[in-house]
Amino acid sequence: MRKILLAFMTTLAAVVSLFGYRTSTPHPVSVATSTVAAAGSGGTTTTDGGTTAATPAAPSTGAASSTVTGDVVQTRWGPVQVRITVASGKVTAASAVQVPSGNGRDAEINGYAVPVLDQETVSAQSASIDAVSGATVTSDGYVTSLQSALDAAGL
Amino acid sequence: MTTTTTTARRTWVEQVMGLPVSVTVRGPHAWADRTDGVVRAFYADLRQVDRTFSTYRADSEVSLLRRGALSRRLVSPDLGHVLDLCAQAKELTGGHFDAALPQPDGTRLLDPSGLVKGWAVERAAAALRALPDADWLVVAGGDVLGEATAGPAWRVAVEDPRDRSRTLCVLPLRRGAVATSGTAARGRHLLDPATGRPVADHLLSATVVGPSLTWADVLATAAFVEGPASLARVAGTSGYEALLVDPDGGCTGTAGLQQHLPVA
Repeated sequence: MRKILLAFMTTLAAVVSLFGYRTSTPHPVSVATSTVAAAGSGGTTTTDGGTTAATPAAPSTGAASSTVTGDVVQTRWGPVQVRITVASGKVTAASAVQVPSGNGRDAEINGYAVPVLDQETVSAQSASIDAVSGATVTSDGYVTSLQSALDAAGL
Repeated sequence: MTTTTTTARRTWVEQVMGLPVSVTVRGPHAWADRTDGVVRAFYADLRQVDRTFSTYRADSEVSLLRRGALSRRLVSPDLGHVLDLCAQAKELTGGHFDAALPQPDGTRLLDPSGLVKGWAVERAAAALRALPDADWLVVAGGDVLGEATAGPAWRVAVEDPRDRSRTLCVLPLRRGAVATSGTAARGRHLLDPATGRPVADHLLSATVVGPSLTWADVLATAAFVEGPASLARVAGTSGYEALLVDPDGGCTGTAGLQQHLPVA
Protein backbone atom coordinates (compact mmCIF):
# COMPACT_ATOMS: atom_id res chain seq x y z
CA MET A 1 0.00 0.00 0.00
CA ARG A 2 2.70 2.40 0.99
CA LYS A 3 4.69 1.51 -2.08
CA ILE A 4 1.78 2.39 -4.31
CA LEU A 5 1.42 5.66 -2.51
CA LEU A 6 5.10 6.41 -2.81
CA ALA A 7 4.97 5.52 -6.46
CA PHE A 8 2.35 8.00 -7.47
CA MET A 9 3.48 10.69 -5.12
CA THR A 10 6.98 10.49 -6.44
CA THR A 11 5.70 10.50 -9.97
CA LEU A 12 4.33 13.94 -9.49
CA ALA A 13 7.38 15.05 -7.59
CA ALA A 14 9.59 13.78 -10.37
CA VAL A 15 7.46 15.28 -13.09
CA VAL A 16 7.20 18.56 -11.29
CA SER A 17 10.93 18.69 -10.85
CA LEU A 18 11.23 18.80 -14.61
CA PHE A 19 9.88 22.28 -14.58
CA GLY A 20 12.00 23.46 -11.74
CA TYR A 21 14.61 25.27 -13.71
CA ARG A 22 15.03 28.80 -12.58
CA THR A 23 18.18 30.30 -13.91
CA SER A 24 17.09 33.85 -13.32
CA THR A 25 16.87 33.50 -9.55
CA PRO A 26 20.11 34.22 -7.74
CA HIS A 27 18.91 33.00 -4.35
CA PRO A 28 17.10 29.92 -3.05
CA VAL A 29 13.44 29.91 -3.95
CA SER A 30 10.90 29.64 -1.22
CA VAL A 31 7.83 27.52 -1.64
CA ALA A 32 5.72 30.26 -0.17
CA THR A 33 3.79 32.00 -2.91
CA SER A 34 4.07 35.34 -1.20
CA THR A 35 7.85 35.11 -1.07
CA VAL A 36 8.04 34.23 -4.73
CA ALA A 37 5.82 37.16 -5.57
CA ALA A 38 7.91 39.47 -3.43
CA ALA A 39 10.99 38.47 -5.38
CA GLY A 40 9.41 39.75 -8.54
CA SER A 41 7.83 43.05 -9.37
CA GLY A 42 4.16 42.17 -9.32
CA GLY A 43 1.55 40.71 -7.09
CA THR A 44 0.05 37.29 -6.93
CA THR A 45 -2.88 36.37 -9.05
CA THR A 46 -4.90 33.29 -8.44
CA THR A 47 -6.73 31.48 -11.15
CA ASP A 48 -8.89 28.54 -10.27
CA GLY A 49 -10.76 26.16 -12.48
CA GLY A 50 -8.07 24.64 -14.65
CA THR A 51 -7.87 24.96 -18.38
CA THR A 52 -11.23 26.54 -19.01
CA ALA A 53 -10.91 29.43 -16.60
CA ALA A 54 -7.29 30.39 -16.97
CA THR A 55 -5.79 32.57 -19.63
CA PRO A 56 -2.57 31.08 -20.92
CA ALA A 57 0.36 33.26 -19.98
CA ALA A 58 3.22 34.03 -22.29
CA PRO A 59 6.16 31.76 -21.54
CA SER A 60 8.54 34.39 -20.30
CA THR A 61 6.55 37.31 -19.05
CA GLY A 62 7.58 39.31 -15.99
CA ALA A 63 8.47 38.01 -12.58
CA ALA A 64 5.00 38.11 -11.04
CA SER A 65 3.82 34.77 -9.82
CA SER A 66 0.46 33.19 -10.29
CA THR A 67 -1.25 30.14 -8.94
CA VAL A 68 -3.00 27.74 -11.26
CA THR A 69 -5.14 24.83 -10.18
CA GLY A 70 -5.48 21.79 -12.39
CA ASP A 71 -8.64 19.91 -13.15
CA VAL A 72 -10.06 17.46 -10.66
CA VAL A 73 -9.14 14.04 -11.99
CA GLN A 74 -10.84 10.88 -10.83
CA THR A 75 -8.45 8.08 -9.98
CA ARG A 76 -8.99 4.65 -8.60
CA TRP A 77 -7.98 6.10 -5.24
CA GLY A 78 -10.35 9.04 -5.47
CA PRO A 79 -10.31 12.59 -6.82
CA VAL A 80 -6.96 14.30 -7.26
CA GLN A 81 -6.26 17.94 -7.91
CA VAL A 82 -2.91 19.66 -8.25
CA ARG A 83 -2.03 23.32 -7.84
CA ILE A 84 1.13 24.93 -9.14
CA THR A 85 2.68 28.33 -8.59
CA VAL A 86 4.37 29.87 -11.60
CA ALA A 87 6.84 32.73 -11.70
CA SER A 88 8.86 33.87 -14.70
CA GLY A 89 7.52 30.99 -16.70
CA LYS A 90 8.75 28.40 -14.19
CA VAL A 91 6.95 26.26 -11.68
CA THR A 92 8.06 27.41 -8.25
CA ALA A 93 5.76 25.28 -6.13
CA ALA A 94 3.37 22.39 -6.55
CA SER A 95 0.96 20.84 -4.17
CA ALA A 96 -1.95 18.46 -4.14
CA VAL A 97 -4.98 20.49 -3.09
CA GLN A 98 -7.37 17.56 -3.30
CA VAL A 99 -6.35 14.06 -2.47
CA PRO A 100 -8.24 10.79 -2.21
CA SER A 101 -10.31 10.60 0.93
CA GLY A 102 -12.78 8.25 2.52
CA ASN A 103 -10.42 5.34 2.37
CA GLY A 104 -8.50 6.02 5.54
CA ARG A 105 -5.44 7.09 3.65
CA ASP A 106 -6.02 10.80 3.30
CA ALA A 107 -4.19 11.69 6.48
CA GLU A 108 -1.14 9.78 5.33
CA ILE A 109 -1.26 11.36 1.90
CA ASN A 110 -1.69 14.84 3.25
CA GLY A 111 0.99 14.35 5.83
CA TYR A 112 3.50 12.95 3.42
CA ALA A 113 2.82 13.99 -0.13
CA VAL A 114 2.43 17.71 0.00
CA PRO A 115 5.67 18.42 1.87
CA VAL A 116 7.47 16.06 -0.50
CA LEU A 117 6.05 17.82 -3.53
CA ASP A 118 7.11 21.20 -2.29
CA GLN A 119 10.49 20.02 -1.16
CA GLU A 120 11.17 18.16 -4.39
CA THR A 121 10.18 21.11 -6.52
CA VAL A 122 12.34 23.54 -4.64
CA SER A 123 15.35 21.29 -4.19
CA ALA A 124 15.28 20.50 -7.88
CA GLN A 125 15.31 24.18 -8.68
CA SER A 126 18.16 24.98 -6.41
CA ALA A 127 20.23 22.31 -8.09
CA SER A 128 18.96 23.17 -11.58
CA ILE A 129 17.93 19.62 -12.26
CA ASP A 130 16.14 18.95 -15.53
CA ALA A 131 15.05 15.37 -14.93
CA VAL A 132 15.18 12.58 -12.39
CA SER A 133 16.00 9.01 -13.36
CA GLY A 134 14.50 6.48 -11.02
CA ALA A 135 12.66 3.20 -10.78
CA THR A 136 9.65 3.00 -13.07
CA VAL A 137 6.69 4.97 -11.90
CA THR A 138 3.12 4.83 -13.04
CA SER A 139 0.47 7.36 -12.35
CA ASP A 140 -2.75 8.63 -13.73
CA GLY A 141 -4.64 11.34 -11.90
CA TYR A 142 -1.71 13.34 -10.68
CA VAL A 143 -0.08 13.73 -14.01
CA THR A 144 -3.39 14.55 -15.69
CA SER A 145 -4.26 17.23 -13.19
CA LEU A 146 -0.71 18.53 -13.31
CA GLN A 147 -0.85 18.80 -17.08
CA SER A 148 -4.10 20.71 -16.97
CA ALA A 149 -2.52 23.13 -14.52
CA LEU A 150 0.51 23.49 -16.79
CA ASP A 151 -1.73 24.06 -19.78
CA ALA A 152 -3.66 26.68 -17.91
CA ALA A 153 -0.42 28.39 -16.94
CA GLY A 154 0.71 28.36 -20.53
CA LEU A 155 3.75 26.25 -19.73
CA MET B 1 13.64 43.23 -11.96
CA THR B 2 15.96 40.54 -13.09
CA THR B 3 17.73 41.03 -16.38
CA THR B 4 18.89 37.46 -16.90
CA THR B 5 17.45 36.05 -20.07
CA THR B 6 16.38 32.45 -20.09
CA THR B 7 16.08 30.32 -23.17
CA ALA B 8 12.48 29.51 -23.97
CA ARG B 9 11.46 26.06 -22.93
CA ARG B 10 8.20 24.19 -22.93
CA THR B 11 7.19 20.93 -21.34
CA TRP B 12 4.42 18.51 -22.21
CA VAL B 13 3.23 15.59 -20.09
CA GLU B 14 1.02 12.72 -21.14
CA GLN B 15 0.12 9.38 -19.68
CA VAL B 16 0.98 6.79 -22.32
CA MET B 17 2.02 3.12 -22.17
CA GLY B 18 0.94 3.20 -18.54
CA LEU B 19 3.61 5.80 -17.74
CA PRO B 20 3.83 9.52 -17.32
CA VAL B 21 5.92 10.63 -20.30
CA SER B 22 7.18 14.19 -20.45
CA VAL B 23 8.88 16.06 -23.27
CA THR B 24 10.83 19.28 -22.76
CA VAL B 25 11.95 21.37 -25.71
CA ARG B 26 14.40 24.20 -25.19
CA GLY B 27 15.22 26.75 -27.87
CA PRO B 28 13.85 29.71 -29.78
CA HIS B 29 11.04 27.66 -31.34
CA ALA B 30 9.94 25.89 -28.15
CA TRP B 31 6.56 27.62 -28.28
CA ALA B 32 6.04 27.38 -32.01
CA ASP B 33 2.97 25.59 -33.31
CA ARG B 34 5.16 23.38 -35.42
CA THR B 35 7.05 22.22 -32.33
CA ASP B 36 3.77 21.42 -30.62
CA GLY B 37 2.76 19.38 -33.65
CA VAL B 38 6.00 17.42 -33.59
CA VAL B 39 5.55 16.63 -29.89
CA ARG B 40 1.93 15.57 -30.49
CA ALA B 41 3.20 13.25 -33.20
CA PHE B 42 5.75 11.84 -30.75
CA TYR B 43 2.93 10.93 -28.35
CA ALA B 44 0.79 9.55 -31.17
CA ASP B 45 3.68 7.25 -32.11
CA LEU B 46 3.89 5.97 -28.53
CA ARG B 47 0.15 5.34 -28.41
CA GLN B 48 0.42 3.35 -31.64
CA VAL B 49 3.19 1.25 -30.08
CA ASP B 50 1.00 0.70 -27.02
CA ARG B 51 -1.79 -0.66 -29.21
CA THR B 52 0.60 -3.19 -30.71
CA PHE B 53 2.58 -4.19 -27.64
CA SER B 54 0.39 -3.72 -24.58
CA THR B 55 0.01 -6.85 -22.51
CA TYR B 56 -3.05 -5.24 -20.93
CA ARG B 57 -4.98 -5.05 -24.20
CA ALA B 58 -6.54 -8.34 -25.24
CA ASP B 59 -6.49 -7.24 -28.89
CA SER B 60 -2.83 -6.19 -29.04
CA GLU B 61 -0.53 -8.15 -31.31
CA VAL B 62 1.51 -9.29 -28.34
CA SER B 63 -1.63 -10.60 -26.63
CA LEU B 64 -2.64 -12.44 -29.80
CA LEU B 65 0.83 -13.94 -30.09
CA ARG B 66 0.71 -15.01 -26.44
CA ARG B 67 -2.59 -16.77 -26.92
CA GLY B 68 -1.37 -18.53 -29.99
CA ALA B 69 -3.91 -16.64 -32.08
CA LEU B 70 -1.09 -15.24 -34.20
CA SER B 71 1.81 -17.10 -35.75
CA ARG B 72 5.33 -15.87 -35.08
CA ARG B 73 5.90 -15.85 -38.82
CA LEU B 74 3.00 -13.47 -39.39
CA VAL B 75 3.80 -10.74 -36.89
CA SER B 76 4.11 -7.12 -38.01
CA PRO B 77 7.57 -5.76 -38.90
CA ASP B 78 7.61 -3.78 -35.64
CA LEU B 79 6.87 -6.78 -33.45
CA GLY B 80 9.29 -8.91 -35.43
CA HIS B 81 11.99 -6.29 -34.92
CA VAL B 82 11.29 -6.08 -31.19
CA LEU B 83 11.45 -9.86 -30.83
CA ASP B 84 14.82 -9.82 -32.60
CA LEU B 85 16.02 -7.08 -30.25
CA CYS B 86 14.82 -9.16 -27.28
CA ALA B 87 16.91 -12.08 -28.48
CA GLN B 88 19.94 -9.76 -28.75
CA ALA B 89 19.19 -8.39 -25.28
CA LYS B 90 19.14 -11.87 -23.79
CA GLU B 91 22.53 -12.58 -25.33
CA LEU B 92 24.02 -9.22 -24.31
CA THR B 93 22.98 -9.68 -20.69
CA GLY B 94 23.85 -13.32 -20.24
CA GLY B 95 20.18 -14.23 -19.89
CA HIS B 96 19.46 -11.75 -17.11
CA PHE B 97 17.13 -9.97 -19.50
CA ASP B 98 14.65 -12.29 -21.16
CA ALA B 99 11.35 -11.44 -22.87
CA ALA B 100 10.16 -14.93 -21.89
CA LEU B 101 9.40 -13.87 -18.34
CA PRO B 102 9.36 -16.55 -15.66
CA GLN B 103 6.05 -16.78 -13.86
CA PRO B 104 5.50 -17.75 -10.22
CA ASP B 105 4.08 -21.09 -11.40
CA GLY B 106 7.27 -21.90 -13.27
CA THR B 107 5.96 -21.27 -16.76
CA ARG B 108 7.25 -18.58 -19.11
CA LEU B 109 5.19 -15.81 -20.63
CA LEU B 110 6.17 -13.58 -23.54
CA ASP B 111 6.48 -10.02 -22.28
CA PRO B 112 8.70 -7.72 -24.31
CA SER B 113 7.52 -4.69 -22.27
CA GLY B 114 10.92 -4.31 -20.60
CA LEU B 115 12.47 -3.53 -23.95
CA VAL B 116 9.52 -1.92 -25.71
CA LYS B 117 9.40 1.20 -23.57
CA GLY B 118 12.95 2.29 -24.32
CA TRP B 119 12.76 1.23 -27.93
CA ALA B 120 9.48 3.04 -28.51
CA VAL B 121 10.65 6.28 -26.90
CA GLU B 122 13.87 6.17 -28.86
CA ARG B 123 12.07 5.59 -32.14
CA ALA B 124 9.44 8.26 -31.51
CA ALA B 125 12.17 10.72 -30.49
CA ALA B 126 13.49 10.71 -34.05
CA ALA B 127 10.90 13.43 -34.70
CA LEU B 128 12.31 15.51 -31.84
CA ARG B 129 15.84 15.09 -33.20
CA ALA B 130 14.71 16.72 -36.41
CA LEU B 131 13.56 19.91 -34.65
CA PRO B 132 15.78 22.80 -35.77
CA ASP B 133 17.74 24.77 -33.14
CA ALA B 134 16.18 22.79 -30.32
CA ASP B 135 17.40 20.82 -27.34
CA TRP B 136 14.96 18.18 -26.12
CA LEU B 137 14.53 15.86 -23.19
CA VAL B 138 12.14 12.96 -22.71
CA VAL B 139 11.40 11.36 -19.34
CA ALA B 140 9.39 8.15 -19.54
CA GLY B 141 8.58 6.69 -16.17
CA GLY B 142 12.01 7.39 -14.74
CA ASP B 143 14.00 6.71 -17.90
CA VAL B 144 15.56 9.69 -19.65
CA LEU B 145 16.58 10.36 -23.25
CA GLY B 146 17.78 13.71 -24.50
CA GLU B 147 19.97 15.86 -26.64
CA ALA B 148 21.48 19.24 -25.82
CA THR B 149 23.56 20.64 -28.64
CA ALA B 150 22.69 24.33 -28.49
CA GLY B 151 22.38 25.02 -24.78
CA PRO B 152 23.99 23.59 -21.64
CA ALA B 153 23.93 19.84 -21.02
CA TRP B 154 20.73 18.56 -19.44
CA ARG B 155 21.20 17.81 -15.76
CA VAL B 156 19.78 14.42 -14.93
CA ALA B 157 19.59 13.50 -11.26
CA VAL B 158 19.66 9.88 -10.14
CA GLU B 159 17.02 9.17 -7.54
CA ASP B 160 18.02 7.86 -4.12
CA PRO B 161 16.18 4.52 -3.89
CA ARG B 162 16.09 4.77 -0.09
CA ASP B 163 14.38 8.14 -0.14
CA ARG B 164 12.74 8.95 -3.43
CA SER B 165 12.42 12.63 -2.60
CA ARG B 166 16.22 12.86 -2.66
CA THR B 167 18.79 12.40 -5.37
CA LEU B 168 22.17 10.68 -5.29
CA CYS B 169 24.03 12.59 -7.94
CA VAL B 170 23.54 14.64 -11.07
CA LEU B 171 24.76 13.49 -14.46
CA PRO B 172 25.28 15.95 -17.31
CA LEU B 173 23.59 14.68 -20.46
CA ARG B 174 24.61 16.02 -23.86
CA ARG B 175 23.22 13.24 -25.98
CA GLY B 176 21.99 9.88 -24.84
CA ALA B 177 20.03 8.05 -22.21
CA VAL B 178 19.86 7.40 -18.48
CA ALA B 179 17.80 4.40 -17.35
CA THR B 180 17.20 3.14 -13.84
CA SER B 181 15.82 -0.17 -12.66
CA GLY B 182 14.79 -0.84 -9.10
CA THR B 183 11.99 -1.96 -6.89
CA ALA B 184 11.30 1.35 -5.18
CA ALA B 185 8.25 2.13 -7.30
CA ARG B 186 6.93 -1.26 -8.23
CA GLY B 187 7.49 -3.44 -5.21
CA ARG B 188 9.36 -6.70 -5.30
CA HIS B 189 7.93 -8.69 -8.13
CA LEU B 190 10.87 -9.33 -10.40
CA LEU B 191 11.93 -12.88 -11.10
CA ASP B 192 15.42 -13.65 -12.38
CA PRO B 193 14.98 -15.12 -15.88
CA ALA B 194 18.14 -17.13 -15.33
CA THR B 195 16.72 -18.96 -12.30
CA GLY B 196 12.99 -18.23 -12.24
CA ARG B 197 13.42 -17.18 -8.61
CA PRO B 198 12.86 -13.76 -7.03
CA VAL B 199 15.74 -11.37 -7.54
CA ALA B 200 18.13 -11.37 -4.59
CA ASP B 201 18.33 -8.40 -2.25
CA HIS B 202 21.74 -7.37 -3.47
CA LEU B 203 20.84 -4.01 -5.04
CA LEU B 204 18.34 -1.24 -4.44
CA SER B 205 18.72 0.16 -7.93
CA ALA B 206 20.83 0.04 -11.05
CA THR B 207 21.31 3.02 -13.35
CA VAL B 208 22.87 2.79 -16.79
CA VAL B 209 23.99 5.68 -18.99
CA GLY B 210 24.71 5.33 -22.68
CA PRO B 211 23.93 6.42 -26.20
CA SER B 212 20.80 4.31 -26.70
CA LEU B 213 17.79 4.24 -24.38
CA THR B 214 16.84 0.79 -25.63
CA TRP B 215 20.13 -0.68 -24.48
CA ALA B 216 20.58 1.48 -21.39
CA ASP B 217 17.15 0.29 -20.26
CA VAL B 218 17.90 -3.36 -21.01
CA LEU B 219 21.29 -3.17 -19.29
CA ALA B 220 19.79 -1.48 -16.22
CA THR B 221 17.05 -4.09 -15.94
CA ALA B 222 19.56 -6.90 -16.28
CA ALA B 223 22.03 -5.26 -13.89
CA PHE B 224 19.37 -5.00 -11.21
CA VAL B 225 18.54 -8.67 -11.65
CA GLU B 226 22.15 -9.86 -11.84
CA GLY B 227 23.53 -7.75 -9.00
CA PRO B 228 27.03 -6.39 -8.41
CA ALA B 229 28.58 -8.74 -10.97
CA SER B 230 26.81 -6.76 -13.69
CA LEU B 231 29.25 -3.88 -13.28
CA ALA B 232 31.90 -5.68 -15.31
CA ARG B 233 29.33 -6.56 -17.96
CA VAL B 234 28.28 -2.95 -18.44
CA ALA B 235 31.87 -1.75 -18.31
CA GLY B 236 32.59 -4.16 -21.13
CA THR B 237 29.78 -2.74 -23.25
CA SER B 238 31.27 0.08 -25.26
CA GLY B 239 29.76 3.49 -24.51
CA TYR B 240 27.80 2.42 -21.43
CA GLU B 241 28.37 3.19 -17.76
CA ALA B 242 26.60 1.89 -14.66
CA LEU B 243 25.84 3.07 -11.15
CA LEU B 244 24.71 0.45 -8.62
CA VAL B 245 23.20 1.20 -5.22
CA ASP B 246 23.55 -1.51 -2.60
CA PRO B 247 21.11 -2.12 0.29
CA ASP B 248 23.14 0.16 2.58
CA GLY B 249 22.89 2.98 0.07
CA GLY B 250 26.50 2.58 -1.03
CA CYS B 251 27.23 3.49 -4.64
CA THR B 252 29.59 1.76 -6.99
CA GLY B 253 30.07 2.79 -10.57
CA THR B 254 32.03 2.04 -13.68
CA ALA B 255 35.08 4.19 -14.30
CA GLY B 256 33.30 6.74 -16.46
CA LEU B 257 30.79 7.52 -13.71
CA GLN B 258 33.15 7.69 -10.75
CA GLN B 259 33.57 11.46 -10.94
CA HIS B 260 29.82 11.95 -10.54
CA LEU B 261 29.28 9.63 -7.59
CA PRO B 262 28.39 11.08 -4.22
CA VAL B 263 31.27 11.36 -1.79
CA ALA B 264 30.83 8.70 0.89
